[in-house]
Amino acid sequence: MKKTWFIVKRELASYFNSPIAYVFLIIFLLLSGFFTFMMGGFFRSDEASLIRFFVWHPWLYMLLVPAIGMRLWAEERRMGTLELLCTLPLSASQAIMGKFLAGWIFLGIALLLTLPMPMTVCYLGDPDMGPILTGYIGSFLMSGAYLAISGMTSACTRNQVISFITSVVVCLLLVLVGFPPVTNLLLKWGASSNLVDFAAHLSVMFHFESMQRGVLDLRDVVYFVSLIGFALFSTNIVLKQHRS
Amino acid sequence: MIKANNLFKWYGSKQVVDDVSFQVAKGEVLGFLGPNGAGKSTTMRMLTGFLPMSSGSVEIGGHVLVDEPLKAKSLFGYLPENAPAYADMTVEGFLEFTASMRDLSGDAKRDAVEKAIVTCHLGSVSKQSIDTLSKGYRHRTCFAQAILHDPPILILDEPTDGLDPNQKHEMRELIKRMGQDKAIIVSTHILEEVEAICTRVIIIDQGKLVFNGTPAEMRAKSAEAGGVTIRVQGVQKPDLTDVLERIPEAGRPIEVKEVDGALVATIPHQSGKSGLAAKIKAELDRRSWAFDELHTNSGRLDDVFRAITSLDVATNQENN
Repeated sequence: MKKTWFIVKRELASYFNSPIAYVFLIIFLLLSGFFTFMMGGFFRSDEASLIRFFVWHPWLYMLLVPAIGMRLWAEERRMGTLELLCTLPLSASQAIMGKFLAGWIFLGIALLLTLPMPMTVCYLGDPDMGPILTGYIGSFLMSGAYLAISGMTSACTRNQVISFITSVVVCLLLVLVGFPPVTNLLLKWGASSNLVDFAAHLSVMFHFESMQRGVLDLRDVVYFVSLIGFALFSTNIVLKQHRS
Repeated sequence: MIKANNLFKWYGSKQVVDDVSFQVAKGEVLGFLGPNGAGKSTTMRMLTGFLPMSSGSVEIGGHVLVDEPLKAKSLFGYLPENAPAYADMTVEGFLEFTASMRDLSGDAKRDAVEKAIVTCHLGSVSKQSIDTLSKGYRHRTCFAQAILHDPPILILDEPTDGLDPNQKHEMRELIKRMGQDKAIIVSTHILEEVEAICTRVIIIDQGKLVFNGTPAEMRAKSAEAGGVTIRVQGVQKPDLTDVLERIPEAGRPIEVKEVDGALVATIPHQSGKSGLAAKIKAELDRRSWAFDELHTNSGRLDDVFRAITSLDVATNQENN
């Protein structure tokens, strides 16, 4: 546990030692503001809620989280420090967990920096705090799932561009699988309605939407946590395979 | 301290390491030699647990690497090839990080980092970020990381690579000094390094172990070893050749050359017979021929290295 924490500290320091952290934070805040106010018509909607803010998050994360995740392992591999990390007395799961947690904490910091948004809403109106809280929890969980997936694709390659594109595509799939164009296609191919239902439930959207509405369902939390667990587990396997 | 038992490594159908076994005891500096691509780095990576072996086993200080990886890994320091380090960290930060990973904390950690910085002469750059360092400094930073926790075992992949002659000399002295109470493996393809620091040598070629012995034993395998070179003044070439050829201990071919008005003769040693130098001296003295040089050749490592590994290089080229 202590060693995991040292990895977290080192990783976080390396984010903030490089321009990556600042560029990411600024772009994240600019884009989330732009989507909420310009594309989402926050003021026109004339309601005191953050639905217009959260609804963009699956798309925003799809572009931005892989930018954080793509470095996780590809960079270690490219610089050769993976060899150092693997020969230090720490287990693979400690290293994987440490690097993941650091990225997730960083994304959490980015999310915390959007707090002026709910403050504004509170100032302008009298919003229901429930959906705002669950929206934040859902958004954080979703960013973790995206990050774990990007980390997994990052472990597959030393090339960060390949890593980025693959994780964007995988995340895109996770978003789209619940949408009518995809579910209709599945139905047309003769999939049973149970299967289509199953596919739709795999979608990030399905689980995030109920959280935006203020419903904190254990099943949604389990979905995100198991997505993270699965991706981290796969990362371990990929890293092992890659060395043999 | 280190035991490698029948290591094999295949990449697909390509065999990179083929049945390599050796041991290193405390107080030994083992030179790990071989041409480029012979499997040196692969073997070292298997010793350190970075690469899984296809078959075989590694024991570090009595711990089987696959069974107790963390215990085994805490016993050695490792300098990988090309000396990687986290470029965005400062030298001090990087060493503190590895110290924490080695379970050092508080005063012990501070002392260890400080000592490593002094030993590796990193004081002037300790607050600098690693990506601004020259290759020599970067290399020493990674080396500092390996010796930081004073491990009983050191595994060093080309430790003098990228250092200038002074730094090389210093690094060799350091390794030699530490070799007195540690078990050290040093891979290199610089033969003078072997002479300077190693107590034992193994040569690996095309993944196979082709030599395991002391540097002296390796030198003795040279064709020149045991031969005698003399430099004689004021003697005719045919006379000298005649006298030398009649010495029963002298092997063939005897080579006599004229250099700056003197004759320089190289007489190979005939296997199984000793006392060649004394016999030659006696013959020269009997005729009162003045010589200003007479010494027994000890053989050269690079000759042996070439002799042992050249055959395989030739077949390698055929394969390509």
